[in-house]
Formats: sequence, structure tokens, C-alpha cells
Amino acid sequence: MSAKENAKKGFNSNTLLLIITIVLFIVLYAGGCIAYGSKGFTHFQTFLNILITNAGLICVACGMTCVMLTGGIDISVGALIAMDCMMLAVGMSKGIHAIPMVLFVLLVGVVFGIVQGFLVGYLEIQPFIVSMAGMFFCRGMTAVICTDQVSITEKISPTFYAWANAKITVPFGGYVNNKGKYLAPYVRPGVIIALIVLVVIFIVLRYTKFGRSLYAVGGSAQSAAMMGLNVKMIKMKAYILSSFLCSIGGICYCLNTMAGSVTQALGLEMDAISSAVIGGTLLTGGVGNVIGTFFGVLINGTISSIVKTNGKLASSWPNILSAALLFVFIVIQSIFAALRKKNR
Amino acid sequence: MKETECGSKLKIGAGIIVVMLTVLLSGCGMDMISHGTVNDETDVKDTSENLQTRNRLISIGLSQIGSESDWRMASTDSVQEALSTANGFDLVFDDAQQKQENQLKAVREFIDQGVDYIIIDPVVETGWDSVLSEARDAGIPVIVYDRRINVEDDSLYTCWLGSDFELEGERACAWLYEYLKSRGIDRNINIVDIQGTLGATAQIGRSTALEKAVEANKNWFLLGAESGDFTTAKGKEVMKEMIERFGTNINVVYVENDNMAYGVIDALESKGYTVGEDIRNNEIMVLSFDATENGLKLTMDGKIAADTECNPLYGPRLMETIYALERGEKVEKETFIDEEQFSGIGYIGTIQVRNRAYTVTHLTPEILDKRSY
Repeated sequence: MSAKENAKKGFNSNTLLLIITIVLFIVLYAGGCIAYGSKGFTHFQTFLNILITNAGLICVACGMTCVMLTGGIDISVGALIAMDCMMLAVGMSKGIHAIPMVLFVLLVGVVFGIVQGFLVGYLEIQPFIVSMAGMFFCRGMTAVICTDQVSITEKISPTFYAWANAKITVPFGGYVNNKGKYLAPYVRPGVIIALIVLVVIFIVLRYTKFGRSLYAVGGSAQSAAMMGLNVKMIKMKAYILSSFLCSIGGICYCLNTMAGSVTQALGLEMDAISSAVIGGTLLTGGVGNVIGTFFGVLINGTISSIVKTNGKLASSWPNILSAALLFVFIVIQSIFAALRKKNR
Repeated sequence: MKETECGSKLKIGAGIIVVMLTVLLSGCGMDMISHGTVNDETDVKDTSENLQTRNRLISIGLSQIGSESDWRMASTDSVQEALSTANGFDLVFDDAQQKQENQLKAVREFIDQGVDYIIIDPVVETGWDSVLSEARDAGIPVIVYDRRINVEDDSLYTCWLGSDFELEGERACAWLYEYLKSRGIDRNINIVDIQGTLGATAQIGRSTALEKAVEANKNWFLLGAESGDFTTAKGKEVMKEMIERFGTNINVVYVENDNMAYGVIDALESKGYTVGEDIRNNEIMVLSFDATENGLKLTMDGKIAADTECNPLYGPRLMETIYALERGEKVEKETFIDEEQFSGIGYIGTIQVRNRAYTVTHLTPEILDKRSY
């Protein structure tokens, strides 16, 4: 087996997993449209709502994908988001302007990523342990900053309030509702941020040296090192990227909830991991793609939209369906992993 | 090359498995969904006789907090029962599982579905401005119940239904006042307050009422107040500290919910105190709130002297509100829900609060049986 063919195999399983994810999304969404067309599921806004709600998660899941490509994991993201939101809320209620607060939060993300990345990359501590410690630290710090629910109102920060309430209307796909009001489809600024992140990370992974080195490290750290890549540095950079994107996600999340509280974004790291896995990212590293991750987020969002639109199903159904999907994808992935091993 | 062939066969096999699983899974999903729809239709047909006055169902999107306590579940049951197809409603119900982002999402879906009314029991008070203005743009009235919301522009929601926690506190204090009067007790009364989670609307209302009552009655003294977080375990712990600090000086324990009252009674009894109304004979009186089933059982036994209800049965009131809005009537911006007060001691029939007489229900096993929560 030459290296070239190996790369081709990797590409194939990559594409196939991606295709399965996209097809599944289309099937689910079409199913929702058929079953709930009368309940407005066919409106363009239903799709945009999934994006509005999950804007933060998309950013986080993109970062998570980068880390998972190196074969690592970062479970600190949910707690980091809670800390970001709390810092934003408390900082702004103390009278600091929104722009320096946002920059500060991004800086905290980078610093946090450097610490985690150093521990994982250079000290070679298990990423799970490092990011678990990070998770406890962030949740704890959130409570240290403030144990109450702190909200961002117009009085506290007119700028941030204006951002959150800015409506970006889409010129097509509107409809007149049963009250006779014309509703133009719209998104919130968070969605634009998330989509920019998605495109940038897609380009980075596909066309830059750094992006490709993430795949190389995840495929086999040993051969990456032999190729002359600085594996430690690359791993560290992946964690910095993850925490940075997570902080961007935290800002999107805060724009949606307009509050900081200790219990925010509980379990969000798991949503991010499951989106990445459903999107075809291998936990063992080396295989994955942010477009797949994006569709993973959309699939989870569609499931929860279907259950919410039904209105009669228990709210535990999205979890059960996500679990079933995850199971299927893990089975598929292990088959691909077995294939890769055999071909090698 | 043999290996590659083997690999590609495996790959085809894997592909087939994947496709089958996908079909199976999406099949399951669709089954479940279409099943739901069929059920809805039969429900509608069954009850169509009841809908003579209306030609279509009023569609409602309701998002509530979760199912964390008995009280919340009773509230949910009541709402679901009242807003049923039989009463002319098509209810889309959402359990937010304690997460505000779930609620924001649910409200957006409701707007998209074009429901006639949106009802929310908010997880938190703030962060509602943008989503409620979306509802207003869509022309959908929003009704808030139980917890309050805090928005810059009050006109973003139509009305609020909920409990008057300060009134609950005042009623408990008024009961104590009537009791002492009827027994002719004019000695000093030492009270400790086991508070709810600090900052919760219920805690603020109930604590404020007690503080005012202590100020108004010269022989009442508030020895101490500490939070038991509305939980049994914390309530017990805090009560133990209180006993160590004040011991036999305590006459009355004012507990701000039933769950903490279980802990308080436990703590008192384990330290050898007798819990009961007879404070002249060194019994310690417990006053509590919520009137849950277990709380009322303790009230029957005389361990809780008076239990003031916090009514979770919002269903009927929500139903009335929507009917009124449908008829084009104006509804009050804020409505307090009717609540009762229970005691195992029969001889105090009425109490006076805010220049109004309130009945105290003498608790009997029959009354306890009839209650739905």
C-alpha cells in the first residue's frame, strides 16, 4: 500500500460518511415537512430557527472537530461557554462597554486554550483528563464570579442589546400567517458569525498546511513526526483553536439567552461531540470535516424541531433519537476503522 | 491486491448495513410521527360533539419549566387537562427541562407554526425581549403564568397569572395571630424563619410578610432567619443549627415550603422536642406553605399547625383567560390565582388580611382525598 492510496482510502471514507450524514438530514427534514407541513414545518423560517438556536453550538462543534481530528477531545467547552456568558453579563453590568468585554472573552478563550493545549501537547496528559479539569475550573469560576442569574438588559448594555435584537431579514421565502401578518424570514447576528466560522474553518482544514497537519497528526502521530511535523505544537494549536472558537460560540450563545448563569450550556460539550460524530468525525482522529459537523448539528436540531412541532411527544425523545443515530454512526465508523486497518 | 479486493467487498457490505440502518431508523422515526398524527385525528373526531360552539380548535403553544417537583407536575397535569381537545384546544406542549435556550427555541417554533396563543412559564425572568417582539410581529398574544418575566416593554405580553406570595405569608401570620388571640396567649412569641432559596420570588414574598408581622405585633420576636433552599435536607440542617443556637426559646418555626418542613420536623423530633400547636406546654409550632399532599398529611397529624397553599392548578384559569381573549374581552394585566389555607385545628374559621376575610379550611381525610396533588 502506498501512502497515496492510503490517502485516497481516507478521502473515500470521509466522503461516504459525509454523504450519509447529508442524506440523513434531507430524509429527516423531508419527513418533518411531510408530517408537519400543516404546522408550518415547510416554512423557511423553521430551518432558520434551527440555525438561530444552534449558532453557538456550530462554532463550538467546529472547534471540537479540529480537536477530534488530532485524536483528542475537549469536554471543557460547555463550562467555558457558561463562564464566557457570566463574564459578559457581569462585566457589562459593571459598566464596561460591550466591545472590550467581547475582546476580553476571546482573549480568555485563547489563554485557556494555551494552558489546555500545553498540558495535552507538551506534557502529554490525556486530553479527557485535561479538559475535564478545565470543565470543573470553568464551572467553578462561573460560580465564583457570581452565583446568581445575571441578565443583560437594554439599560446594562445598549450595544449588546442592539446586537442581540438585530434582525437580518432574508429577501425570499416569507409567508403570510393565519393572523394576516407577513413574516419575512430572518436570522440573528449569531447565525452570520457561526456561518463565517464554518466557512473559515472549512478553508483552513482543506487548504492550509496547518489544517492538513491536523489530519496527519490524528491519522498517525508517529508518521506525522517522521514527516517532520511538530506534533506537540500542532496539538497545542488545535486546543487553542477549540477554546477560541468556543469563546466565539459563547458570545453567540449569550446573544441568544442574554444572561449568564452557572447552569447555562450544561452538557453542550456532549452535543458538540455527538454532532461531530454524526457528521462523520472519527473519535480516533484523522477523519472528519466541518461540513459534516454542520450537518450533524442540523440533524440534532431537526430531531428536536420535529419533536417540538409534534407537541405531544415527551421532551426526552430528541435524546433517544440522537442516541440511536450516534449508535448507528459509531457502528459505521468502527467498520471504516476496521477497513483502514486491514488496508494498512 | 487480494487484500484490496477483500477490502472493497467488506466495504460494500458495510455500505449495505449503513443503508439498512438508515432506512430502519428513519422508518422508526416516521412511524412514531405518523402514529402521533393519527391519534390526534381520532381524538378530534371523538370529541367533535363537544365542539358545537366552535368550528375549529384554538391552537396553543405552551412552554413550561420542567418536571422537577411534585408541585410542577401537578401544575403540568392541570394545564394539560384544561387545555384539552375536549375543551376546544389544540395544545402543543413543550418541557424546557430547566433550560432557557429550550424555551426560546420552543417559542420560535410556536411562532413559526402560527399558533393562536403562546403560553409560557418562564425558567428565568430575563432575556425575553427579542423572542417576544418576534411573537408580537406575528400577531400572537403571549400569556405568562407562575413565574414572572422582566422585559423593557410591558406590552410584549398580554397578561400574567400567578401566586401572591406576600399574601400567602400574610395569611400564615394572620392565622398565628388569630390562634394566639383565641387561646389568650399574650406572652412573648419567638419565631425562627427557615427561608426558601434567597432571591426566589416565593422567598421574598413570604419572608417580607413575616418581617412586617413581627413589626406589627409587639410580643413577636424574630430570633433568626436562614435559607434552607426549599429542600428537605438543607431545611433539616438549618433547623439543627437553629436548635443549637436558640434551643427551647423557639416557639414557632415559620418554614417557607413543605419540603423544608419535613426536614424541620425531623430535626426537632430527633432532638427530643414535641412538634405541635400547644406552645404553652413547650410544643414547637410549625407553619408551612405549598399544601402538597405530604404537607397536608402532616397538617392532619397536627405537626404542621397551618399550611398555606401555593396553588399549582393553573389550567382552569388559563382556559378562562383564553376564552375571555377569544370573546374579545380585555383581561387584567396581572391576576393572582385563588389559594386556600389548611389547618387541622378546627376552631379558627376565618382570618382577616388586607381588610378581607379568608376562610381557613378545617382539614379532614375527605378533603385530602379529593385533592389532585
